[in-house]
Amino acid sequence: MMKKLINDPNQVVNDMLEGMVVAYRDRLRRLPGTNVIVRNDAPVKGKVGIVSGGGSGHEPAHAGYVGKGMLDAAVCGEVFTSPTPDQVLEAIKAVDSGKGVFLIIKNYTGDVMNFEMAAELAEAEGIRVAKVIVNDDVAVEDSTFTTGRRGIAGTVFVHKIAGALAERGASLEEVEAVAKKVVQNVRSMGMALTPCTVPAAGKPGFELGENEIEVGIGIHGEPGIEKTTLKTADEITETLLNKIFADMKLEKGDRVAVMINGLGATPLMELYIVNKKVSEILKEKQIHVHETFVGEYMTSLEMAGCSISLLKLDDSLIELLDAPADTIALKK
Amino acid sequence: MAFGVEQAKRWMNIANDKIQQQKQYLTELDQAIGDGDHGLNTARGFQEVVEKIASVNYEDLGSLFKDVSMTLIAKVGGASGPLYGTAFLKMSLALNGKKEADDKELVAALEAALSGIKARGKASVGEKTMVDVWEPVIELLREKGSMQAKEAALLAKEKMEHTKELEAKKGRAAYLGKRSVGHIDPGSASSYFLFAALAEALEG
Ligand SMILES: Nc1ncnc2c1ncn2[C@@H]1O[C@H](COP(=O)(O)OP(=O)(O)O)[C@@H](O)[C@H]1O
Ligand SMILES: [Mg+2]
Repeated sequence: MMKKLINDPNQVVNDMLEGMVVAYRDRLRRLPGTNVIVRNDAPVKGKVGIVSGGGSGHEPAHAGYVGKGMLDAAVCGEVFTSPTPDQVLEAIKAVDSGKGVFLIIKNYTGDVMNFEMAAELAEAEGIRVAKVIVNDDVAVEDSTFTTGRRGIAGTVFVHKIAGALAERGASLEEVEAVAKKVVQNVRSMGMALTPCTVPAAGKPGFELGENEIEVGIGIHGEPGIEKTTLKTADEITETLLNKIFADMKLEKGDRVAVMINGLGATPLMELYIVNKKVSEILKEKQIHVHETFVGEYMTSLEMAGCSISLLKLDDSLIELLDAPADTIALKK
Repeated sequence: MAFGVEQAKRWMNIANDKIQQQKQYLTELDQAIGDGDHGLNTARGFQEVVEKIASVNYEDLGSLFKDVSMTLIAKVGGASGPLYGTAFLKMSLALNGKKEADDKELVAALEAALSGIKARGKASVGEKTMVDVWEPVIELLREKGSMQAKEAALLAKEKMEHTKELEAKKGRAAYLGKRSVGHIDPGSASSYFLFAALAEALEG
């Protein structure tokens, strides 16, 4: 049986947004008749507007990152379903100050097409639009011939760094360049202990036995690399990190930011336990951790599990990562 | 053969009837290799389309298909929303200002729809998507040089069934890799219904 604190499975996104906007009305508003959340002062003069979004169910992503130094708007789709182009278009129009709008899209066929379509409609209305497609999930094989890797928690680093540069008045081209640089340097890998249930579906998206875990899970419960038996936090952490290292060139002396992201039902206690091992492994490899983020950044409803993201940094990325941000879910 | 506003409306009505009848079937196909929303997505979208176009007296085919496109874009969602939305947007541009389309013009408009789908989804034949139905059907019409709708519908059915053999390279089913073989692609099935509906609408 589905046990959730909701009223109507078909109204969860609306009810959530109303509750959110009322709580943070000093900084956010909802565009009337849409599921678009924008910062109160949008459009900000002289600034590239930054828009992201996707299906709901990943809270605090994406509306939690709307605010100074990060996103100007978040477009919230149905649970785990891409928002439609008309909604994305409304977001673009609401945040364009004349300097252009930048879209941060996670790599899912539906998201990419709906956002691209909105971009074309906006361009037809005379708004300049650029975009980046985030594909940090190393669980999925990357290939130019297929759909390719998915976008998961590493997306938050793109929001942070592109947002910081835009806040300084950089051009659309500059924002695009830095966002692409982040995408090239960020890798993530996740695992699930338990599945989650989409309210309208009423039953879990997949099944896991008493002692089973899914390694390489997607944030919508898409299948991972393999089902294995539950092991210690240290062993699981090692598996996840090794997969990331296999895909990312890191050398002695490199600097990284680390994100230990809870998928919704994993206590902070366990996330810290994971981070203990992550820091030990990185130390052993003589990789310097500039900053660690531990918490819920990109969840998957009530799924238990976590993802680990590493972002390789240089001086300019460090400066932007450290720059001020004032959003519900991330403050600097 | 004449293809005017009346025939176009009939096409959309028959397409909607078929999709409503097959909603459960499309859902099952998408549950097997996707996320199970294709039946709901297309049924919601085409229902809105027929409601929208029923009340309007269109001057030309372009404006009719523009409404079809905009409705699908806003109501379908997922991957198929922008794909079908783009297809009908390209048809709308191709038939702009035309009260009626002759055989050649209709084939050209369908050709434009296919190139829209391919530009949007960047899929080619063999990747287990709706392109596996659309491309061979349009090729057939182009070769015939006229609107052989019945033959087109038959070929669409055959090509839809053929997607069973294919391994998905694009769309959500691609995450399943080899596990996607043995199932019909849901978007190819709904595309077949569109071509079957077109044939019936043109029969009169
Ligand atoms: N890149 C693509 N090009 C063409 N068709 C695609 C592409 N990706 C997916 N499709 C089609 O879309 C269908 C799935 O639609 P739907 O279930 O509505 O969207 P989603 O996959 O986002 O849930 C697939 O069966 C396939 O035919
Ligand atoms: Mg689907």
